[in-house]
Amino acid sequence: MESQVPAEPRAPAEPHSSVRSHDGATPVGPGTESAPAPVESGPGLPDTLAGSLATPIEAPEPAVETPGRLEIAGEWRRVSPRAITIELVGDAIGTVVVVAIAVVVWLLIDHPWPLIAGGAIVLATVITAAFVPRRIRSIGYLLREDDLLFRRGIMWQRFVAVPYGRMQLVDINRGPLARAFGLAELKFVTASPAAGITIPGLPLEEAEGLRDHLVSVAESRRTGL
Amino acid sequence: MSDAGTPPPPERPIPEASEIARSTVLASGTLADGEWHRLHPATPLLRGGIAFIAILGIVIANLRERLVEMFLPQFAGDYRYDGENFDPLDYTFSHGYVGWVLLGLAVLLVVVIGGFFLSWRMHSFRVTDEAVEVRSGILFRTHRKAKLDRVQGVGLSKPFLPRLFGAARLDVNVAGQSADVKLEYLSTRPAEKLRRDVLTLASGVRLAEGEAPLPGAGPAGVVSPGDGLITRHVVDRANDFLSPELPEDQAPPESIVRIPVGRLVASTVVNEGTVFVTAILVFGIVMIANGNTWVIFTLVPTLLGIGSYYWSTITKSLRYSIAGTPSGVRIGFGLLSTSNDTLPPGRVHAVQISQPLLWRPFGWWQVKINKAGLSAEAAAGGKGNTTILPVGTLRDATAVVQLMLDGADVDSTYEQVEAAMMRPGESGFVLAPKRARLIDPLAWRRTGYALRPTLLVFRTGVLWRKLVILPLARIQSVQISQGPLERMLRLSSARVHTVIGPVSAVLPTIAKDEAALLFDRASLAAVRASSQDHSHRWASEER
Repeated sequence: MESQVPAEPRAPAEPHSSVRSHDGATPVGPGTESAPAPVESGPGLPDTLAGSLATPIEAPEPAVETPGRLEIAGEWRRVSPRAITIELVGDAIGTVVVVAIAVVVWLLIDHPWPLIAGGAIVLATVITAAFVPRRIRSIGYLLREDDLLFRRGIMWQRFVAVPYGRMQLVDINRGPLARAFGLAELKFVTASPAAGITIPGLPLEEAEGLRDHLVSVAESRRTGL
Repeated sequence: MSDAGTPPPPERPIPEASEIARSTVLASGTLADGEWHRLHPATPLLRGGIAFIAILGIVIANLRERLVEMFLPQFAGDYRYDGENFDPLDYTFSHGYVGWVLLGLAVLLVVVIGGFFLSWRMHSFRVTDEAVEVRSGILFRTHRKAKLDRVQGVGLSKPFLPRLFGAARLDVNVAGQSADVKLEYLSTRPAEKLRRDVLTLASGVRLAEGEAPLPGAGPAGVVSPGDGLITRHVVDRANDFLSPELPEDQAPPESIVRIPVGRLVASTVVNEGTVFVTAILVFGIVMIANGNTWVIFTLVPTLLGIGSYYWSTITKSLRYSIAGTPSGVRIGFGLLSTSNDTLPPGRVHAVQISQPLLWRPFGWWQVKINKAGLSAEAAAGGKGNTTILPVGTLRDATAVVQLMLDGADVDSTYEQVEAAMMRPGESGFVLAPKRARLIDPLAWRRTGYALRPTLLVFRTGVLWRKLVILPLARIQSVQISQGPLERMLRLSSARVHTVIGPVSAVLPTIAKDEAALLFDRASLAAVRASSQDHSHRWASEER
């Protein structure tokens, strides 16, 4: 899976940096040496919300500055490469439709502007299509002990962590193209409209397995809430 | 959230609890006796009748000249029907349809009144051991049933007009969006009593099922038999308008924060909008002084609109009161239309203390919250009373925040909040690095986060100062992101998602490596906090 990570140079210092010792599978506090996990309510630290606000705190040790892009280490699972094909086929169909409409309108009104507009749309589609493979390859998810991580984007990178217990429902959607390629889209919905996660391009078996897994862990985490 | 004030769930179910609750409630004589009851007789008038009267008003206004001519010919002036436009009255007169028209009007009146009466007859509710049920509708019957063990809270509000009739609206909030059961309208006294009874019964059911009772409304007898009969209607109405918002046996008598009227008025007037209004005013006066009198026709309506906005904002916040009660924080608002919300513990998902630039010389602050169960439409429309403190000193704001977080230790919290607001460098915050000034030239010194044992705090803004306090156990998700410009400066931005509301928790700039740390720490802390959370029955079943 790691081999599918986009060809960005990894930060060389990364494996040695203590703040990056967090491996994705276990919920160990990040940076165990340089910054003690702050949530452990040690002696004297109150658990109540109000008490928490009333107690003075020290700023934690500053993070070790590393070069390179924003990265969360872990065994990221990537979506299927077939999703690239789906996206490109979808773009191609869209292009054909646009061209057809432009030609028909051009024949009807005998004026060149439909061709110009259609051409502009096609050009824009082709340019964005060039980035599709990279964009799809940048999508990934990571199942940790207590939460689901999701990432996407190359230029505009985004990482989201959602605790399993926050799950309200899981959807699996399949469009006609996705069905033809045996893929599905998984939607993880929380109580916040902005916090949902949508993972496209999962093989159907993987999506269903993931759904069942998410439902079962959400159930067990919920009872522990 | 902590369980201060919330009785812990019993070790085992108490099957007799719901019986006790039932007998307690029944002994006191109540609407919650399991029988079907009707609403306040003025209900149809209050709900739909207003529109009917308005239509009548429009008709009368349009026929004004005719009516004057008909009944008061000496005042009729020189208005005469000119015969060019179609006039329904003249048409009926000249064709001899007067009788038919009168008959039609009579039938219409009978149908409307009959409809109102029927809809009142057919609209009934009952409160049983298990549920609150409402049946309504004449042709299309609806039957809504809210299970008592799902009741999240009961709200009582008195809009102005119903209040004149001694009526109030009772909202039974149930887990799930727009699943509220509304009882509009009931007589004020029985409504207040029913409110307590529903809470008591719901607690009994919860206890019988081995869950924590609705806090403070346990079967130990919150219901007091002291409610007298409504004998002197007028005196009662007067008392209702004059008495403190919170009925005395349901809340501690005094609010922890008072807003002087002067401050409320001043704070409404002193804001960015007023600067704009003043600019318009100056522009208008200059134009008029230069002889462009037509400006007055656009200026006056604008000013009237703005004035009514100020007026409604001020009256809405007048007679503000906030107090902690066993069943949650009670917030009362309003001079003419009052609303009285109870926020049970665990429903607050984010708290924000903020200060607009123009309020800074006065040292005023505002507190807003995100709360569960608020629909997206209500959030977008600014409804739902999410502004918990319209204006107050930092100390008032701290007291309100403490109450929101179930605490009472205002002094030490004040020190922390004051440090966070006034001394950004020495308050335990992780700050943005100096290079962030290229993106955020003013606010970078103040931008930062602090992770406390059960809270995540974001501080942002230099002109509009803001402190967002997020209970970790309520966080929905944590997100960090990086755009191309941020990548060049090794920066990043972070955001925490909560339920929908006016507070958005965004940290616009933070060092890249700090963001990665924040992501790890906050996501881990959120999981731990929610696993230790005791009020999950309140929170996890909100939606």
